[in-house]
Amino acid sequence: MDEGLWVYLAASPLSWLSVTLFVWIIALKIARALPANPLVNPVLLSVVTIACLLSVFHIRYQTYFAGAQFIHFLLGPATVALGIPLYEKLHLVRANLIPMVVALFAGSLTAVTSTIYLGRFFGFDQTVIASLAPKSVTAAVAMAISSGLHGDPALTAAVVIMAGITGAVVVTPLMNAMKIRDYSARGFAVGLASHGIGTARAYSVDPVAGLFSGLAMGLNALVTSLIVHLFL
Amino acid sequence: MLVGITFLLIFQLFGEVIAYYLHGLVPGPVIGMALIFGALTASKRTPIGKLMQPTVSTSHALLANFGALFVPAGVGIIQHLDLLAERGLTLFVTISVSTVATLIVTVWCYLAIKRLIGGTSHG
Repeated sequence: MDEGLWVYLAASPLSWLSVTLFVWIIALKIARALPANPLVNPVLLSVVTIACLLSVFHIRYQTYFAGAQFIHFLLGPATVALGIPLYEKLHLVRANLIPMVVALFAGSLTAVTSTIYLGRFFGFDQTVIASLAPKSVTAAVAMAISSGLHGDPALTAAVVIMAGITGAVVVTPLMNAMKIRDYSARGFAVGLASHGIGTARAYSVDPVAGLFSGLAMGLNALVTSLIVHLFL
Repeated sequence: MLVGITFLLIFQLFGEVIAYYLHGLVPGPVIGMALIFGALTASKRTPIGKLMQPTVSTSHALLANFGALFVPAGVGIIQHLDLLAERGLTLFVTISVSTVATLIVTVWCYLAIKRLIGGTSHG
């Protein structure tokens, strides 16, 4: 290929936007072909594939993000869109209100304290611990919490994604091993522990799980931002 | 679809305005979610219902591809390869142990309370 054309295309937002969508579509097809294997998570597959592409071709993350930001931007409207299934399934939410509130506080406390104490146990410094503490909260909120605690928001973004992928990968085998068939409970747990990536996984498994996951994600963003100050 | 996305953006915009006055206590998109929920609830008796139709179909399409929206931020992990190389294992253990513990505590509390109050199963 013409070297000049390659340089021109690699710097264009169009290339990285197309690559992100193309890789996602393939990853989604692979994940749907292998539904029994939770390790084949489309977010994980896409992130690893694109990260490899960037390092092989020596592309800076900033260059990539210039194109991919158009997809990233849609996180806001998609979060707003979660209000629709909430409205459509309101009767289910009403019926499970008390379990939700109790599980919300218990889960939120577990997410924050376990991260802080494990972090201290492994000898991470205070900046790293502050960056890890909000890891179960959706990225934009977690980064705001982290900077308020004098953490490193960029590191927070990375661990938020790690927590999201971990939850999305383990939730199905874990819940099956615990013999839990209640999809409202399964969804609520994964949304609380693993925010939007868990919610994406929950929607792909069951619409009720997806709804409760989205709710847990929104509520946990609120509760974590309030309680995290008690421990740091 | 264009109408749907426009409504979603307008709801987010309203959410961001309120978030500004709440000094970022609640993120704008989350307030937008509450606003769209309120609009749908109000639409039962008003003509907003017809107006909301395109938003409903766009939202379902968007949520079907929710995972894709995390890919650009996820690729950002390559900016932290030095930390991962140095502390990767302990970082991974911290994140995964905490995430699994959170899943177990949450699901257990949820089901324990549900059984306690005799709620119906929706499994």
